[in-house]
Amino acid sequence: MMGISRRGFLKVAGLSALMAALGKSGFELLRPGQVEASIPVTKGKRWAMAIDMRKVTPEIIEECKKSCHHYHNVPEFDNPKVEIKWIWGEEFEHAFPDQQHEYVSDLIKSLEFPLLCNHCSNPPCCRVCPTGATWQREDGIVMMDWHRCIGCRFCMAGCPYGSRSFNWGDPRKAPKELNPGFPTNPEFPTREVGVVEKCTFCNERIAKGQLPVCVEKANEMKKDSFIFGDLADPDSDIRKALRKHYSIRRKTELGTHPNIYYIIA
Amino acid sequence: MYDGGKIIVGLIIGIGLLLSPFFYNAGKALKPPEPELTPKAKEAKVCVASKEYMTNNHMHLLDEWRQTVVRNAERYYESADGKVYYKSLQVTCLDCHSNKTKFCDQCHNYIGMDPYCWDCHLEPKENK
Repeated sequence: MMGISRRGFLKVAGLSALMAALGKSGFELLRPGQVEASIPVTKGKRWAMAIDMRKVTPEIIEECKKSCHHYHNVPEFDNPKVEIKWIWGEEFEHAFPDQQHEYVSDLIKSLEFPLLCNHCSNPPCCRVCPTGATWQREDGIVMMDWHRCIGCRFCMAGCPYGSRSFNWGDPRKAPKELNPGFPTNPEFPTREVGVVEKCTFCNERIAKGQLPVCVEKANEMKKDSFIFGDLADPDSDIRKALRKHYSIRRKTELGTHPNIYYIIA
Repeated sequence: MYDGGKIIVGLIIGIGLLLSPFFYNAGKALKPPEPELTPKAKEAKVCVASKEYMTNNHMHLLDEWRQTVVRNAERYYESADGKVYYKSLQVTCLDCHSNKTKFCDQCHNYIGMDPYCWDCHLEPKENK
């Protein structure tokens, strides 16, 4: 009898397979997302937004959309096939398809929900981006580097919230009659054809100590309708609001950990 | 050789035509354009770095700015003399150098350089 017996070989092979499965890499393979979720991604800051649905009206959403798109040079196309949207309104059935049912209350049915990038704690868009053009910052913002985007649209397929839009054409060649004075903000760039874009939580404004455009606009129209703040700080306005009221998030069963909270009651 | 004379004359004329731009421009080198400063840039006297560094390395500085701003969220730059600048091509650089055609394009055209910054970043409105 030479070398290892069949029985002995199977023992060793089985044991090593078990070790691999129990090891970190095996764990990651079996339960994607769990490993990332356990990595501390904050250094004191975790930006998030709470939207008080008792105060938000379709007019507020429309104004938020207008001022956001004006500020970020987002063109209007009037065609859902090529539209670009950073923030928009949607009814309950479409915003929360997992919670929709036949007998949902009339009040909920009548609401229009403002939707935007959820800046997920476990963002699927960042997992699939092949160039690292989108990634999660340490403060939780799901950021984009438009210099590096190759327009493969994996992120759009990955995002369960439809928060990402693709530039099918040159935004500067958008219909003039729909976009008077475009580009509207001389301090912000436009994008180019073949690049994906989305809400960036106004990171350039946060850096200067300002609030995101939509938050500023909404609160001008109705105080405390949009609450922006740091979830890592237990005394922040957003944490206080979330402690006090019942809030829901979109499609939480997917494990993306969205950071936009909708206060219902 | 049939029609040898005609062919040789034709060749001489042809080669002559081909080389005519060289004879036409012989002896006079095209002067490199001098970037023009706006009154605002003149008044400021200093850029974010020395003139020599900026002439040779502005592309590297801009590349570093774009990396550090977008990827590391470091939005401010401290120059050697301690002055702090907001790192932005569109907002900071072009605020002083608002004459893009005379400050940027002249040289870029001269060396056949076509930077794609302007596909996204907005050009200043110039009174031409």
